[in-house]
Amino acid sequence: MAYNCVVLIKQVPDTKRITGAAMNDDGTVNRAALPAIFNPEDLNALELALQIKDKFGGSITVITMGPPAASAVLRDSLFRGADDAILITDIRCAASDTLATSYILSCAVKKVDYDIVVCGRQAIDGDTAQVGPQLAEKLGIPQITYVEELIELNGKTITARRNIGAGWQQVKTALPALLTVTSDANEPRVAAAKKMMKYKKAHTPIEVEQKTQAENSAADEADIKALVAHKCSELEEKGLLIKQWDLDFVGADLNWCGRGGSPTKVHRIQSVVLAAKESKDVEPNDKAISDMIHELIEDKTIA
Amino acid sequence: MIGVNREGEVWVFAEQHNGQLEDTPIELMSKARWLADTLGVKLAAALLGDNVKDLAAKLIHYGADKVYLIEHPLLEHYQANSYAKAIFDLVHKYEPQIVLYGATITGRDLAPRIASAAKAGLTADCTDLQIGDHTTIKDGQLHKNLLFQIRPAFGGNIIATIINYDRWPQMATVREGVMPMPEPDAARRGEIIEEKAELSQQDLTLEILQEHKRPKKVNLKAARIIVAGGAGVGSKDNFKLIWDLANCLGAAPAATRAAVDLGFIDGDHQVGQTGTTVRPNLYIAVGISGAIQHQAGMSQSQKIVAINNDTEAPIFQIAHYKIVGDLNVVVPKMIKAIKEKS
Repeated sequence: MAYNCVVLIKQVPDTKRITGAAMNDDGTVNRAALPAIFNPEDLNALELALQIKDKFGGSITVITMGPPAASAVLRDSLFRGADDAILITDIRCAASDTLATSYILSCAVKKVDYDIVVCGRQAIDGDTAQVGPQLAEKLGIPQITYVEELIELNGKTITARRNIGAGWQQVKTALPALLTVTSDANEPRVAAAKKMMKYKKAHTPIEVEQKTQAENSAADEADIKALVAHKCSELEEKGLLIKQWDLDFVGADLNWCGRGGSPTKVHRIQSVVLAAKESKDVEPNDKAISDMIHELIEDKTIA
Repeated sequence: MIGVNREGEVWVFAEQHNGQLEDTPIELMSKARWLADTLGVKLAAALLGDNVKDLAAKLIHYGADKVYLIEHPLLEHYQANSYAKAIFDLVHKYEPQIVLYGATITGRDLAPRIASAAKAGLTADCTDLQIGDHTTIKDGQLHKNLLFQIRPAFGGNIIATIINYDRWPQMATVREGVMPMPEPDAARRGEIIEEKAELSQQDLTLEILQEHKRPKKVNLKAARIIVAGGAGVGSKDNFKLIWDLANCLGAAPAATRAAVDLGFIDGDHQVGQTGTTVRPNLYIAVGISGAIQHQAGMSQSQKIVAINNDTEAPIFQIAHYKIVGDLNVVVPKMIKAIKEKS
């Protein structure tokens, strides 16, 4: 049988490439100064879904929540073989913590026909690994976290091997189910050239609007609106319109979204400044090294 | 969802597998004890399983005033759905103000599921917990004695203090190894409260087909001295230098993520944000530049010796002894010096 997969992805700042230039004076991070990338383990999630599709058929819908620019990771997913892409973008999503985020995503996923929901284990900006299990709870479906290998899909059941820290366990559950996938699960495929040619023209309505406005700065609002509607329907006919949903469309209760829907709040942010209280320079010669070892023995650091 | 309950207790989830308590709930006990004392409330452990009652005394020895014990055949093996359901019911009944979990794979699988059901906040991978006050900017309201949930974010580049002041319990997972193990006190007495879980076969959503436990190759958390190598060591063959230095010090060999990714040593030896957090008496960093992700796992070391040929390496900012030089020259000199002294 064929399986419909929903893959949840996130565009994240590349925290591995953070430098002093990306830190504001107040210790906060200037996200704009960092390159935005496809969250690494979400690529493993997408690859797992692609392997299911290759073997059994079915469709892959990728969903992300984020600002309009996050459509880049949706396009990237289309390049790699996803069938459908949805951007949830709404200013009222801002400042959502993991609980509010999982609520909003659950509203969106419920609008899609799915057998399997696949997420990366965690995103590199927050490293919380919370949204996957929270989403599974909100959808009322079982979760298999830390998936290292998909073992079997058989009718309405899935079997996977999950990392349990010191070892692994093989578990089976009934579909629909949610999986969170680690970087050990697979090697994500690269974009296919043919799909890139096709989908580089895929855009969200907001991107069409921004482009149209830039190209027709003199035109009046009504004309631009009509032009945007026309271009969007053209894209849709070619299967190149990335769906764009807001909180009203997914039917979210605003009390559970954004800052107000988030129980956790930031009290304080500090930049990391680690420094030894006192330090000594040790020359790389026998005498200096021997003296250092002597000191470490004297102060009982080395027993 | 429960509201603010100032009388609420401080709870620790007592993770156990096959009748063995994990280290993390025990590590959490000393901090949780301090939190409970600061707030003037009781410290309780939530212990779930089948035939695990004998672990309750141990939890009391490590600092718990009370143990909520749920024994049920369906709780014999951990799985997210059944455990989340049982703990959620317990939380609703007693309304603790704080619930802490180890940030183990089990803790990170379980706690978000409970948080979602309870519509409560949850902060992941805390490295410290404090009690403090917060004033909301919007209305100037003062919220006293909140749990400050302190964690690295953005790949370890910032430290965030997270609070939740309206929807309780205040819940957090706490990184393994960041809190020192307390000493047990066999004379401590406490109360064991046996609770029932309303569970049926339907609550076991997973079928565990096979399990393979692999003991860790090295116990970095218990090591008094650690010798760690980074990408700068250059090759797996050259990593022998790290093993040699570790051997003559009776130290544990460790590595950065980069060195593990390059295949120099097994992942069990990894120190840092995604590896083990250590706090040894002595940490010798060889050929390690000192990315913030690595520092996050070792900056609590009592003494740090850094050997690197790059004077600009960030590791030197936290090192007590800075040796700028070729590790292939310096490490043999260290081995020689140690052998001469002992």
